Amino acid sequence: MKKFIFVVSLLLAASFLSAGTKKSKTAGSSSIVISAAASLTNAMNEIIVLYKKADPSLTVTPVYGASGTLRGQIEQGAPADIFFSAAESHMKKLSDEGFVADGTICRLLKNEVVLIVPKGAENTVSSFDSLISDSIKQIAIGEPASVPAGAYAKETLATLGMWDTLSAAGKLVYAKDVRQVLTYVEQGEVQAGLVYSTDAAVSNKVSVVCNAPADSHKPVIYPVAILKTAADNAEAKAFYTFLCSKDALAVFAKYGFLTVQ
Amino acid sequence: MDLTPLYISLRASVYATVFAFICGTLAAWAVIHIQGKLRAVADGVFTLPLVLPPTVLGFFLLCIFGTRSLVGQVLLKAGIRIVFDWKGTVAASSVVAFPLVYRTVRAAFEQIDESILNAAQTLGISGWKIFTRILIPSARPGITAGTILAFTRALGEFGATLMLAGDIPGKTETIPIAIWSAAYGGDMNRALVWVIIIVAISFATITAMNLFGQGAKRK
Repeated sequence: MKKFIFVVSLLLAASFLSAGTKKSKTAGSSSIVISAAASLTNAMNEIIVLYKKADPSLTVTPVYGASGTLRGQIEQGAPADIFFSAAESHMKKLSDEGFVADGTICRLLKNEVVLIVPKGAENTVSSFDSLISDSIKQIAIGEPASVPAGAYAKETLATLGMWDTLSAAGKLVYAKDVRQVLTYVEQGEVQAGLVYSTDAAVSNKVSVVCNAPADSHKPVIYPVAILKTAADNAEAKAFYTFLCSKDALAVFAKYGFLTVQ
Repeated sequence: MDLTPLYISLRASVYATVFAFICGTLAAWAVIHIQGKLRAVADGVFTLPLVLPPTVLGFFLLCIFGTRSLVGQVLLKAGIRIVFDWKGTVAASSVVAFPLVYRTVRAAFEQIDESILNAAQTLGISGWKIFTRILIPSARPGITAGTILAFTRALGEFGATLMLAGDIPGKTETIPIAIWSAAYGGDMNRALVWVIIIVAISFATITAMNLFGQGAKRK
């Protein structure tokens, strides 16, 4: 037993030591972390692969989540170098709090909010008005405070005069990010959901009913910025520049994102 | 302030405690009658929800009750919805609360003097009567403790509930989910209020159990 404890403590000590020396081991290559809105998942993964070809020594680690959640993590000291938000509000708040490197906020992409239903259930919902119907029990949206898609959804439903009715009826299922809304609809656990047109496009298990009416919500703008902690980080700057390059924008366009002029 | 999370949590916990009390006690009774290796297996199955991550339980519950599963479809036809419904909060809390009753009650049953049970048997008393007239009264402190623990655990259930019942304000938003949702959305004040409320309820319940237990011993 004593031997056993000795071996275990030795292993534990070794693991601590190796954790401590890890950084020096990988001195030849560097890595950056980008906190990106969940809706950017597919496009960003492809861009990271693309960038890896140009600079194999740099590892770009993406963290996907609701923009509000990512903002909260950054405020709590998460080691992110670049923040790519799905809403200007979260970027503005971070910037006001002094977390963003000066002059790096770039309004890069635009998106649209759409109403989706599970594939094969197209006859249940024909427009936003159908959501009021008693036959529609569950509608998924992002949690409005942290998920921009949810905030846009709330704004749209409020403009259409349906928010109070739907929330009082307990029909609105909140999701932790926009991709969870997509999953809920894909699995048929809810009868409808509000996501971005780019999310609907990456799934073959959902159908788009219609776009949210123009002017029913603020324009969906994706700003990207370097964070103050990485203001002098050359790798972060290089990747940030790449995100705004023609090659990267072509990938975003392929997934249905529009470019801000 | 909107107090519906309190109501939703208490409703889920009360139903779950009733379920855990009945099923946990019956399961304990069944297991002490099983002989050999099968007993270890049965005990393992009944204890599993205590040690598994709530996300695993949520996953299983989704597989069982999901709208596209067989059970889910049958229930939906009968007009019963579990996923994204308050009944989902009950189901999730019930599963996590069950092992607490089961384990404490089984331990209490095992401490009962076997000669009493043997005497009852030789006097020709039926198995069910032994259960209700001898086992249950003798194991009462254990059953009470297990039930109270089950209640507090049900009240604190988060992971499986979120997976099964989702986050629907006013419908499935329990106190733990309200805390998560508020902290997540940056509303630390609302989170703090609910944290204080749930700590107060849980602490009061456990303290009451201890005081009650001491009082019972002195008699």
